[in-house]
Amino acid sequence: MEIRKGIAVSPGIAVARAIVIDSKDYRIPRRAILSSQGTDEIRRAEEAFDGAIRRLNALENRQSVDKSSIKDIFAVHRRFLEDPSFRRRITGFIEQELVTAEYAVSTILHEIAAHFASVEDPYISERAADIYDIQKRLLTELLGKVAESVDHLNEEVVVIAHNLTPTQTAGFNKTYVRGFATEAGGRTSHTAILARSLGIPAVVALEDITAQVTASSKVIIDGNRGVVVIEPDEATIQEYREYADNLHQFETRLGALRDKPAETRDAERITLLGNIEFPDEAVHVKHKGGDGIGLYRTEFLYLYSGSEPAEQDHYEAYAETIRAFQGKPVVIRTMDLGADKLPTAHGHPPEANPVLGLRSIRYCLEHLSLFKTQLRAILRASVLGDVRIMFPLITNLQELRQARMILRDVMEDLDEYAIPYNPTIQVGIMIETPSAALTASLLAIDSDFFSIGTNDLIQYTLAVDRGNEHVSSLYAFADPAVLSLIRSVIHDANKAKIGLSVCGEIASEPEYIMLLLGMGIRTLSLAPPMIPEVKQIIRSVSIEECNHLARKVATMDSQRQIKNYVRDAAMKIIPEAF
Amino acid sequence: MAQQAYELKVQIKNADGLHMRPAMQFVDLAGTFVSKIQVSNGETTVDAKSIMQMTMLAATCGSHLTIRAEGPDAKQAVESLRDLVERQLFGEAAKAAGDTREDG
Repeated sequence: MEIRKGIAVSPGIAVARAIVIDSKDYRIPRRAILSSQGTDEIRRAEEAFDGAIRRLNALENRQSVDKSSIKDIFAVHRRFLEDPSFRRRITGFIEQELVTAEYAVSTILHEIAAHFASVEDPYISERAADIYDIQKRLLTELLGKVAESVDHLNEEVVVIAHNLTPTQTAGFNKTYVRGFATEAGGRTSHTAILARSLGIPAVVALEDITAQVTASSKVIIDGNRGVVVIEPDEATIQEYREYADNLHQFETRLGALRDKPAETRDAERITLLGNIEFPDEAVHVKHKGGDGIGLYRTEFLYLYSGSEPAEQDHYEAYAETIRAFQGKPVVIRTMDLGADKLPTAHGHPPEANPVLGLRSIRYCLEHLSLFKTQLRAILRASVLGDVRIMFPLITNLQELRQARMILRDVMEDLDEYAIPYNPTIQVGIMIETPSAALTASLLAIDSDFFSIGTNDLIQYTLAVDRGNEHVSSLYAFADPAVLSLIRSVIHDANKAKIGLSVCGEIASEPEYIMLLLGMGIRTLSLAPPMIPEVKQIIRSVSIEECNHLARKVATMDSQRQIKNYVRDAAMKIIPEAF
Repeated sequence: MAQQAYELKVQIKNADGLHMRPAMQFVDLAGTFVSKIQVSNGETTVDAKSIMQMTMLAATCGSHLTIRAEGPDAKQAVESLRDLVERQLFGEAAKAAGDTREDG
C-alpha cells in the first residue's frame, strides 16, 4: 500500500482498478511490467508496428501526396517499421528489461536518433528528425490504443495519466470512469473541470504517479482530501467505504434542496446556472436544480471528430440542450480553442506562447468560414428557446465590433434564405483578460451581458500558468489585484445596466460564495454537481453578512489573509460543507 | 545449392552520403537476392537487408565500405550493389570534382 498526496480538484471517493494513460509529449515514464505481462506488451508493440504501417500505406496512396520527396519519406519510415532487426531490438528490450511497449519504443528510438545526431556530417545528423517521426508514429499507435481502450470499457476504472487533454477525454466512455489522478494540472485544468462536470473525484499534481501505478492495480482516489492510495489493504478500503457512505448521506440531504429557490435568508434571489462541456451534461444541470446553462462550452464539437464540424453537427448539439431547457437561458460560448489544440488547424506553425497566441475569438476572426458555420447554427437554434451568444477572450472593443459585424452578416444570409432566427438574440462577452476588465465600461456599450471568466482572468492578471504545478500556489482568486479588477467590472456592468455573471471555477468554491455575493454578483454559473452545495450556502447567508464580509476583504492586502478570512466566515455559517 | 562468398570494396560518391533514401534503395536491392549480404565500414559490420543497421553505419560521402555476400547469387548481388553505389550514385548528384573527402 502506498499513499500519495496531491491537490484535490473534484470531490468524491472512488475505489477501482486503474487504467494508465501515458503522456503524448514523449515524457514516457519507465513503467515496469510483470514478467507475465511481457508477452502482452510485445504483442502491443507488434500491433503498433503493423498499425503504423497501415496508416503509412493509406497516407502514401492519398491523392494529395504527389510529391515524390514526401513519398520517399513515407517509404523510408515504412522500411524501418518492417525491418525485422529494428522490430527485434524493441521487442527484445521489452523482454529483457520488462518495461512497457511505450517505454521501449521511446528509449530505442532515442538511442538511434542520438547515434545519428552524433555524426558530424550534417546530411546524416539531420536524419535524427526522421527517427523521431517514426517514434511519433509508433507512440501515436500505442497511446491512441489506450485512449480507445478507455472508450470500450466494461468495468469501472480510475484513469491515471500525466495530464488529460480535451482530445483524449472527448472519446472516453464516461459511464465507467470513476475518477482521475494526474501528474500535472491545477484546480482549473481540463482534468479538474471535466471531473467536476461529471461529478467524479479527481486529484492532480501527483508527481510520477504514472510510474508508480501498474495497470490494473487497485487505487483509491479521495477527491475531498487530495489523496491517492495505491494497492490499499482491506482495512483501508473498509475505512474509505464508510467515509464514502457518510458523504453520500450529506449529498442526499442536499438533494432535498433541489426544488427550493436559491434565496438568501433576507430574500435575495440568486440565479444558479450550469457550466457544461458536453450536451449530455444538461440533464445533470436540470437534475441538480440549475436555472439554465450559463456556459455551454462548444470545444467538444471541434475535438471529437478529426474533421471540422458541419453546421448540422453544431445545430443538433445545441437544439438538444435548448429543448431540455424550455424558456430558461442557454448561453453558448463560441469556439475557444487555440490553433495548437485544433486538430483541423493545418499550416499554423507551433507558437512559442499559445496562451498568448492565435486562439479563441482571434482564431475565429481569422477563419471566418469556421466562425460563420458556428454562428449560423446558433442563430438557427435561437428560435427554440432563450439562446444567447457569448464571445470568449475579447481584449478590445474592435474585436467585439468585428465579431458582431460578422454575426450581422450571418443574419443577413439567413434572411436571404428566409431561415428563421431570433433577431434580438442577446450577445455577450467573457471578461477574462485584464484589458477587457479595465475597459469594461467601453465594452458594455456593445454587450448585452458580461460573464466573468475567473480562470483565465486570474492567469492573465497574475501571469501564472494555471496548469503548472510549480507556480500553482501563486494562482489565487483572492489576490487583491484580481479582486480589484472584478470590483470594477461589477461597477461598470451595473452602471450600464447589463447582465452579469461569474462562470469561472470560483463560482463553485464554497468559501468564496459569500464574497461574490457581497461584491454584488447575483448570477453564478458552475459545474452541475456543485449546484446543491452552493445553493445551501446561499440559503444559509444574508446579503447583509455578505456585504460586510466583502467590505472587510476590500481592506486586506494579501491573498493569504483574504483566503483565511473568507474560509473562517464560511465555516462558521455552514461547517458541514468543509 | 552452391554456396559461394564474394566481396568487393566500394566508395560512397554521392554528395549526401548514405542517408535515408539511398539506404532504402540499397536495402531494397539487397532484399531481391537470396544471399546473406553484409556491409562493413572497417569498424562495424551490418546486415545489408536492414535499413536500421545500414543507416546507422552513417556512411558519408567518401566512405569506403566492404560489401560481402554469401549464397547462390553472391557475385551478382555484390556487383549490382556496387553499380547502385558507384555508378548510379543512388540517382543523386556526385560531389564536385576535387572535393571528394577521404574517410579516416
